[in-house]
Parts: sequence; C-alpha cells; structure tokens
Amino acid sequence: MSTKYIVACDGSQASARALQFAIDQARTSGASILIAHVLEWSPYSFLTPEELEERHKRRSEELKRAQKAVVDPLVDSVVSEGIKVDSVIKYGHVAETLADIAEQEAASQLFIGRTGHSSLAVRVFGSVAGVMAQIVTVPCTIVP
Amino acid sequence: MQNNKIIAGVTAIGLALLSSSAAAQSVDETVNQIFSSATGWFVSFIFSPFPGTSFPWIVAWLVVAATVFTFYFVFIQFRAFPHSISLVKGDYSDPNDAGEVSHFQALATALSGTVGLGNIAGVAVAVGIGGPGATFWMILAGLMGMASKFTECTLGVKYRNEYEDGTVSGGPMYYLTKGFAERGLPGGRILAVLFSIFCILGALGGGNMFQANQAHQQISGIVGGYPGWITGVIFAGVVFAVIVGGLKSIARVTEKVVPFMGIMYVGAALVILVVNADQIGWAFGQIIAGAFTGLGVAGGMVGALIQGFKRAAFSNEAGVGSAAIAHSAVRTKEPITEGFVSLLEPFIDTVVICTMTALVIIITGQLTIDAATGNYITEGGRIVTATGASGVGLTSAAFESAFSWFPYVLAIAVVLFAFSTMISWSYYGLKAWTYLFGEGKNKEITFKVIFCIFVVIGAAANLGPVIDFSDAAIFAMAVVNIIGLYFLMPVVKRELNSYLSRLETGEIKKFK
Repeated sequence: MSTKYIVACDGSQASARALQFAIDQARTSGASILIAHVLEWSPYSFLTPEELEERHKRRSEELKRAQKAVVDPLVDSVVSEGIKVDSVIKYGHVAETLADIAEQEAASQLFIGRTGHSSLAVRVFGSVAGVMAQIVTVPCTIVP
Repeated sequence: MQNNKIIAGVTAIGLALLSSSAAAQSVDETVNQIFSSATGWFVSFIFSPFPGTSFPWIVAWLVVAATVFTFYFVFIQFRAFPHSISLVKGDYSDPNDAGEVSHFQALATALSGTVGLGNIAGVAVAVGIGGPGATFWMILAGLMGMASKFTECTLGVKYRNEYEDGTVSGGPMYYLTKGFAERGLPGGRILAVLFSIFCILGALGGGNMFQANQAHQQISGIVGGYPGWITGVIFAGVVFAVIVGGLKSIARVTEKVVPFMGIMYVGAALVILVVNADQIGWAFGQIIAGAFTGLGVAGGMVGALIQGFKRAAFSNEAGVGSAAIAHSAVRTKEPITEGFVSLLEPFIDTVVICTMTALVIIITGQLTIDAATGNYITEGGRIVTATGASGVGLTSAAFESAFSWFPYVLAIAVVLFAFSTMISWSYYGLKAWTYLFGEGKNKEITFKVIFCIFVVIGAAANLGPVIDFSDAAIFAMAVVNIIGLYFLMPVVKRELNSYLSRLETGEIKKFK
C-alpha cells in the first residue's frame, strides 16, 4: 500500500515550507502527496436573506478562486518534482476538517506549517497547528 | 464614502429640525391623519367580523387552515420535531455540501425576520386587550401554525426558480404559478400577482412601519418624548445605506448580535420567572381562566381568543408565506427537509419567546385586577395597566420592575430586532416587487426608496393605525397563500410520505 502524505495548504509562506519539507520526505520515501486546502466555514453562522440567495453562486466562485490561486500553483510545484500529487478543497472548521481528511485518506503523515506568531497571540487565539497536534489521528509534523 | 455622507446628511437634517419641535409635532399629526384615512377601508375589510359577531373572518381563516394542515399531516409538528432538531444540527447534511446554505442558516435567517417587535410589543398589545387568556390562544395558534409553515416552506423549495448563475428565487409567487400549472389548475398566476401586491404592503407595514413605530416608542420612553419622524429619518438612513448602498457590514453585525440579544431576552425573562417562581402557578391559572372566561376583558373569551390568534399569526407569520421565500435558498435535494426545519420557527417565536413576554407581563403584575371580583379592570376596551403603558412600554415596564436597567437593554434589543426584521422584509418585499415588475437595478432602487419612506411614516404615525394596517397587509398575504396551500397540500403529502419511507429504509443517509 502506497504511503500518502497530506499537506495542509492555505497559500501562506508557512504552508509553502511545509509542502517543501513534505516534498523532500516524499522524494526518499516514495510517498504521494495530497494537498488539502480548507476554507473556513461554519454551518452555524448567520446570514442575511441576500447572502442566503447568493450563497451557492459565491461558493462556486470561492472554489474556483481557491483552486486557481492557491492549489494549482502548489500542485504544479509538486508535479515538477516528479512526485505523484492530488488535491482537495473543503469547507469547514480548518483543524477538524484536516483531521477528517487525514483519517479518511488513511494518510501516513500530515504536514502543517506554523506561522510563528508571538506566543501570547497563540495562547489567546490558538493556532491551527497546535489544535492539529491535539486532535489528528495520524502522525503530524509541524514545520516551522 | 458615499454612504457615510448620506447617513451624516440625514442625521444632520434630523437634528436641525429637532430644534423646531413645534413644527415637528404637527408633521407627525399630519402624517398620522393621511395614513389613517388612506388605509382605513382596507383594514375594515380585512378585519370585518362575521355578521352578528365580533369575530373577524380572517382569524377564522388562519386558524382553520392551521387546524386542517395539522390533521391532514397527522400532527406532523409533533411527530417530526425530533427529526427537525437533527436536521438543524446537521446530522443529515452531506459533508460534500459543506459551504452551501445549511439548515441552521436558513432557520436563523427566517427567524431573524420573524422575531421582532411582534414578540415584544405585539404580545403586550394582545395581553393588554385580551388579558392573560390571550396567551393560551397564542400558544395554541403557535403550535398549530407549525403545520402551516411546514407546508409552505416545503412548497417554497420545491417550486423555486434556479438560475444559471447559481442564484435562486422562491416563495409563494413561484409555487402558486408553477404548482397550479403543474396540477392543471387555473388562476395560479392571478393568485401569485395578488400575493405579490399584498407582500409588498406587508413588507411596508408589519416588516417596516410597525418596527419603526415601536422602536421609536421605546427610545422616546427613555430619552424623553420627541417627534417620531426624526427616529424614522435616522432609521431610514441606515436602512438605505444597507439595502441600497450595499453596506453589508451593518447587516452582518446585526445578524450576529440579534441572536445574542434574543437569548439575553429569554434569559432575563427566565430569571424573572425563577425569582417569582411561587407566582408561576397563579400566572398559569390566570392564563387558563382567562382563556375560557375572559376574566372581564373586552369581548370575554372571544376577545382573548381573537387577540391571541392575531398576535401569534402576526408574530410567527405561519401561513403568510414570507418564510418560504427565505427557506427556498437552501441547497437540498429533499424539499420536505426545509418544511421540517421551518416548523421550529413558530415554536421558537411564539411558544417560547412570545410566551416569555406574556408571562413576565402577567407575573410582574402589570395588569390591574379588581380585588373584589378577580376580573381585570378595563377602560376603553383595554386593561388598565400599573404604569398606564401599552405596547412596548408595557413590556419595558414589566421587565423594569425586576431589573431597573432593563429598559436600556430593551431599547438596544428593540432597535436591533426592528432593524433585522426590516432588512429581512425589505428583501421579501423586493422579491415580490421584482416578480411583478421584473428584475433590474432601477426597479429595485424604486422599491427600496419607497421602503425607506415608509420607515419614516411608521415612526411618525400612532401605534393604532400602524398596527392595524400592518396586521391587515400581512393577513391579506395569508388569504392568498393559504388558498394555494389548500390546493397544493397533496404535493407536500406525497413528498412527506416518500421521504419518511426512505428515512425508514435508511436510504436517507445519516452522516453524524
């Protein structure tokens, strides 16, 4: 069974570093990479009636934009390294959705970048990487 | 920015004219006079009683419909209640649909349109005229109205228009036209047009004027009396900035804060009830006794019944068709699921929130009782209250007797509830307007400007003519909508049976 690495990408420098690290690992281990991009969304938010009406259209636009602006360039960079790559874009709570993806795909490892905010901000607001370390069910590598 | 300039300009004009209060007073009176004479005939028609009685035919219409739907769907509101909760929690939501409108969002949006001054001020009016007994009939109407909402919201999703750009348009106008055509019945289009006209009037009345009116009353109750049109102009300016200027940020903030205020309101009411726990038994006793004897209120039992039913219908809009417009936006393959979700609305709106208001008014002893007879002291058709207040002032006084600072909180809550209801109804009215006149920027702006003008009128006029017109317009919508529901209810029954059997076999997947 081929090993699969999941890399959490949000278009930031930190996630680019995580991807590069994963690529380096995959080169030696022969794993494939799944780029996971999660758009923060909650089913429990409150919308105006107009937002309700436009939501489906907005969602399609958001998915297209995310694919084009964030995911495709990253996919291209992995392909150019000769590593097998796939991508997925999902909506939801970022940490929980990434954890779900890792579990469903039976990933052998998850890579996530750490933005390195000051420790006070992290303590007050939390960070996705920190939450991932707590909840994910597969080995998780936090790339600083 | 353009919008900020508009708000600033409008506010400046308002404040400048505040100084000439003598002239300002007569503006209010003039507006009030013109308004009452223009709408009087419409109100009389809608509320005309059955010959020889004082029972308005419209109340019978609504209640009979709710009863018919309750029996036709065999008490679906009680059978499906747990399933409705599961749907809202997301138990049956496909994770691949994440990012689309969720059931919770549709419910919350529809609720933010219905939870408004009707829950706070309308209930006070009902209890002030019909006594505690009105509460019983209000709860009953709320419970039965759940079946009406269930029917109309299912149809709203089933017969909506889905456009290529991904937007949707749904609501009674569409299910009346498409549903009737599908069943080979004539007259669908005429009903749809009539509905649209009444929906526009309803949007201007209950969704707008009543809200502005009571918001002004609460504010002036705190800062001191001043002419209503000034509040109206300021409110209109803000509403204009949002619906014409597209200043979404205001609407977004309101949408977030309103649920919080709603919870706070119910929480405060619960605290008052807990503090007066020994009186709860007495209060319910009054409610039951008043429901069947009237306890001296004008019209006796029937008076209580009429007030209870009127306020429930006005507050939860069951059978009116407005919620169907909001719910039609939900992305679901099963229209009936929106019916299930929507039946929670009259429950939350009427059975919970309205009842809280009524209980607080009763328990804090706002309604004066003649110690000798046990009846309520009435004067001029309404009960004499401890502070002489009526409408939102009565609710304010009731809460104030427990929390002296509550009127300030209530003022903020009232302004926010009024505002969110106005935003929602401006949308419903706009949908009706574009159904009649077609889509197009200029046509939309025309309606939106008219809407804002009525904000001013509503704040300026007296409560009496405003609430009468608001009621009449919304009930007129229900007349047309319910005719449609009667003819289309077999469609809903088919959907319901199909869904329930598939739920049982496990074909409808539970994801959580």
